[in-house]
Amino acid sequence: MSMVEISSMLLLIAFILYIFGTIVFTISVAGKKFKKNGEQTDGKGLGIAGFVITVIGFFSQVGYIFTRWKADGHFPISNLFEYTTFLSVMMILGFIIIYLIYRNNSIGMVALPIAVIVIAYASVFPREVEPLIPALQSNWLMIHVTTVSLGEGILTLSFVAGLVYLLRVIDQSKRSARTFWLEFVLLFLICAVGFALVSGIFQALGYSEKFQWVNEKGNTATLEYNVPAIAGPHDGKKLTDGFGPVFQAPSWMNGVNAPKKFNTVIWSVIGGLVIYGIIRLVLRGRRIGAVLNRIVMNVNPPLMDEISYRAVAIGFPVFTLGGIVFAAIWAQQAWSRFWGWDPKEVWALITFFFYAAYLHFRLSRGWEGEKSAWLSVIGFVIIMFNLIFVNLVIAGLHSYA
Amino acid sequence: MSQEIICECGHKNPEGTILCEACGKPLQEDNPKQLLNMRYEGSARRSQTYNRTAIDKIWNYLSSVKVGVTLIILVLIAIAIGTIFPQNIYIPAGADPDTFYKDQYGVLGQIYKTLGFDNLYKSWWFIILIGLLGASIVVASLDRFFPLHRALKNQKVTRHERFMKKQRLFGTTPTTKGEEQLQKAEQALKEKKYKVSREKGALLAEKGRFSRWGPYVNHIGLMVVLIAAVLRFIPGMYVNETMWIREGETKALPGTHNEYYITNHKFILTTYNKQDPQYKQAIKENGSIVKSYQSDVTLFKPEGQSVLGATPKLKKLRDDQIKVNSPLEFAGYQVFQADYRLNELYKMNFTLTDQSEKKTFGKLSVNLYNPKENYDLGHGYKVKLTYYFPDFYFDDNGDPATKSDTPNNPAFIFDVTTPDKPKGETSFVAIKTNQAISKDNQYKLTFAGLDTRNVSGLIVKRDFTVWIFFVGAMIFLLGVVQGMYWQHRRIWLRKINGELWLSAHTNKNWHGIKKDIAYLTDSLGIPEPVDQLEQKVVTEERRKHS
Repeated sequence: MSMVEISSMLLLIAFILYIFGTIVFTISVAGKKFKKNGEQTDGKGLGIAGFVITVIGFFSQVGYIFTRWKADGHFPISNLFEYTTFLSVMMILGFIIIYLIYRNNSIGMVALPIAVIVIAYASVFPREVEPLIPALQSNWLMIHVTTVSLGEGILTLSFVAGLVYLLRVIDQSKRSARTFWLEFVLLFLICAVGFALVSGIFQALGYSEKFQWVNEKGNTATLEYNVPAIAGPHDGKKLTDGFGPVFQAPSWMNGVNAPKKFNTVIWSVIGGLVIYGIIRLVLRGRRIGAVLNRIVMNVNPPLMDEISYRAVAIGFPVFTLGGIVFAAIWAQQAWSRFWGWDPKEVWALITFFFYAAYLHFRLSRGWEGEKSAWLSVIGFVIIMFNLIFVNLVIAGLHSYA
Repeated sequence: MSQEIICECGHKNPEGTILCEACGKPLQEDNPKQLLNMRYEGSARRSQTYNRTAIDKIWNYLSSVKVGVTLIILVLIAIAIGTIFPQNIYIPAGADPDTFYKDQYGVLGQIYKTLGFDNLYKSWWFIILIGLLGASIVVASLDRFFPLHRALKNQKVTRHERFMKKQRLFGTTPTTKGEEQLQKAEQALKEKKYKVSREKGALLAEKGRFSRWGPYVNHIGLMVVLIAAVLRFIPGMYVNETMWIREGETKALPGTHNEYYITNHKFILTTYNKQDPQYKQAIKENGSIVKSYQSDVTLFKPEGQSVLGATPKLKKLRDDQIKVNSPLEFAGYQVFQADYRLNELYKMNFTLTDQSEKKTFGKLSVNLYNPKENYDLGHGYKVKLTYYFPDFYFDDNGDPATKSDTPNNPAFIFDVTTPDKPKGETSFVAIKTNQAISKDNQYKLTFAGLDTRNVSGLIVKRDFTVWIFFVGAMIFLLGVVQGMYWQHRRIWLRKINGELWLSAHTNKNWHGIKKDIAYLTDSLGIPEPVDQLEQKVVTEERRKHS
């Protein structure tokens, strides 16, 4: 077996373990409720089992990193597949840190499926071993990217705790704006599953459809779609048989392969909506939030609020160190300026400002608890925006990853 | 003018104090049902006390956290909008910004340009926003730091009953052996690394007070960063020049006041090997992938007095290779590999032949940047370059002329003298043309190839502000870690009417202080105090559901 194959297998093992861990943690949280009438168990034993599974999965992913490193000849964070996978490792590390402090199972119940979704999302990007272009040939690549993603991983845990808080406190007995937005957040996560599923299916079918278009550099090029084209390239000419396009992507989408990525987003939303619809059918029409609300009924809301806040308190300096300071030091070396207002840089700064605002908001009365939890959701959206949309819509120096 | 408030414990508090600095007794009317607001220890902040003069009003405005957060959000929104379309500096070279945004992005682009989002970071309103944010950071810190410092310095061990009762963590136990328990508590808390002080019948355990200064430290760091940004505008602090240098050329480095010269020996572009077993697949998908951009250079320093216009005598300092991620560094300067041009025209080679191109009489090579006038081919064959048009075209009169000094389309008029034609023949030579100007030319200059060379694009930088930015960022980070990774925890114990009262406060991480308290109550054999906030949440929910 080649190193690449070993690394892929280790990643798959972790992926399966995290799915398993999710189930174990969910039972450990819900179990409290099931046994309410008899003897109350605190789900401690199951929780520890879930944690052990997670740790094994984490080491499996660490194994993935080292084998992939060997195969790459450089630290494996140079393209979207590798970076996104690495982010999932850091999310799990963030979870392990928080679990060791708080020993809380409901965090695992939400953190693990998010890691699963991130791995699935990563796995549909091209997985070839790529050499490093000159700008990336620096030790700072490893230092900068590992610190940023560790920071983002811990900040994601703030979102996880915030989400548990919202699932717990939002009154599901009647429909409201709050229940709507909570469903919306869940739908967003399901769309990531939709993305992985749609891409996975068409990849397995070997679907291909080609267009001729003028790319971001102004050159005529061929663009290959691996899922049917709903949105074709702007002024593109179809070269092969295949579906669509139904309409054209707007001309200002000028990132690398932007129309193709835009098309994928549309598919993700469709896939997400279909899966969401099926889940609602299975739940006989009940909101997903309402069902999860029953499961997390025994969760202590002030504790979730504190974990969410604590994750920001721990993650914010780590993110700033990696995403602003190390980034600036490296940019000075590679691009001759430590700050250049490149879109990715700006979005790192936006993330910084956002969490700075979060920390200041908490100083004012009444911003603890639910409002703070919603802020942690927005924070996660900003991090995901920087990961997904900045590469998609806005071309910049970071367009390779 | 200012009135002191004397608390029943005898401590003199400044006007505007909410909780007595010494014993914590609430000095202003408060809601008996609510927990105490422990922010800034209830100290007297200028912004909460005075609101008469214009200065008061400005002070109060800038010191408000709400205003600070609003400013942060405004900056955040502004820079987010600033990434929708490319900034001025990132539009294609040569595009006119006045028309570019409208042509590319329509009406939205035009609005973007008009509002100054195309050059956001230098627009006056963005600079004002940042300035306000800076002022807010300074004022808000001053407004809070001094009263907080004073209150923490004046705090006493024995706290007022109402202060204790209204802490989030509070509990009482009947007791008969108070002093003995306090002794035990002191020991237990010292094991947990608390600083313990005691008065008769009371105990204060405190840990991590220094974390309270974290926010002020990190705000100082931010101010240093902002000062660094302002210093950039002072001439000499910041040098940023670009240069193009061809292979074989020696030039003064711009921005160094002719104190340093550089020779570019060679520009080398390498790509990854297509056969590389590791990367074969990726190269097949992406086309060729560049491995490195590199300029081999030598750095010189002029020797002796330099004469204006003349190249001085140069002393070699060192040879170096400038690569991406590995700039040439000397005396505070950095020279970066930033750009390149491959295969620029350098020399044109000709062979002197007869009209049928069968016989050759010698060769000559014309340097397109610095052409010689006379070329002696030996045996009496001579060529004279009488006119040279580096960027040739026919002007309005139909005469040959040049558009620029760059040899984009070189053309020549040569005089050829040979043993049999001592008067010479004149011919016009350009790319793909060779016309005789004099009559009955017997000789001809035949094109015999080009010499090309590469050009390196370098950036010369010297930035004294980098270090100030760096120091500021480090102070900021240390301050954030100081405030976030440690917490200020305090536990108060007091013997009141045959009961042992316990209350506790932390500015963050209640989970942590609860663990400390569990250890304490365990060793004292008393019940854990109640979390009054959690209790409140539970009762509220019960009320809602019933």
